[in-house]
Amino acid sequence: MNVKALLAVLFIGVVLFWAVEDMPAFGDPEAPATCYTGKLYIDLALQDVGVENIVTAILASYRGFDTLGETVVIFTAGISVALLLRRGGRL
Amino acid sequence: MKENVVIRTVSRISVPFIQVFALYVIVHGAVGAGGGFQGGVVFAASFILMFIAFGLSGVEKRLGKKWLMIYSVIGVAIYAGIGFLCLAAGGNYLEYGAVESALGVAHLHGYQIDAVEMGIGITVMAVMVSIISDMSDRGGESP
Repeated sequence: MNVKALLAVLFIGVVLFWAVEDMPAFGDPEAPATCYTGKLYIDLALQDVGVENIVTAILASYRGFDTLGETVVIFTAGISVALLLRRGGRL
Repeated sequence: MKENVVIRTVSRISVPFIQVFALYVIVHGAVGAGGGFQGGVVFAASFILMFIAFGLSGVEKRLGKKWLMIYSVIGVAIYAGIGFLCLAAGGNYLEYGAVESALGVAHLHGYQIDAVEMGIGITVMAVMVSIISDMSDRGGESP
């Protein structure tokens, strides 16, 4: 067994556990992640978008450009696999 | 490739239900749990079940590789087309509210999100089935 690798893994693990202490508690309403835009989305999503599902409202409307990029990424993956694996040049 | 009669019968019965459930997940994305990505993957799973039960050539008679490519382009084109629709209505790209205020139809914002989800679902379904069929046949020649 590589002793240096084991020491590095242990060191990183200790540092990560040390950092866990500073994270907000699970479901903490005062956490930074839920204070600003999260509350904004919960308050405004229904009247802005008119869709009951806040996740869909963020995914398709507030972050619509990002989701278009994700769709194009999946399309590109399909095209790439087709170009790499298909023989004979027929698409 | 002929598989067990039990596998063929069970998949023949369950594939329509899986596909209806996939369409439900896609259409239900605006009001509950679901969406285009999840529904598209469930729809692709029904075709993967058909690959397992009937073999590659049995499925490709119904859904050829050419059509899979065309479907994946159609899905992206629906999404991007909705964006250009918003441009034509005088808003920014993908600003759904512009079309709603230009036409004066209520809840159009939600319908546009439904259309976008359908585009995502078509693309995801076609790409998943295309990748599976590319990886399972031997370099283009059908087994």
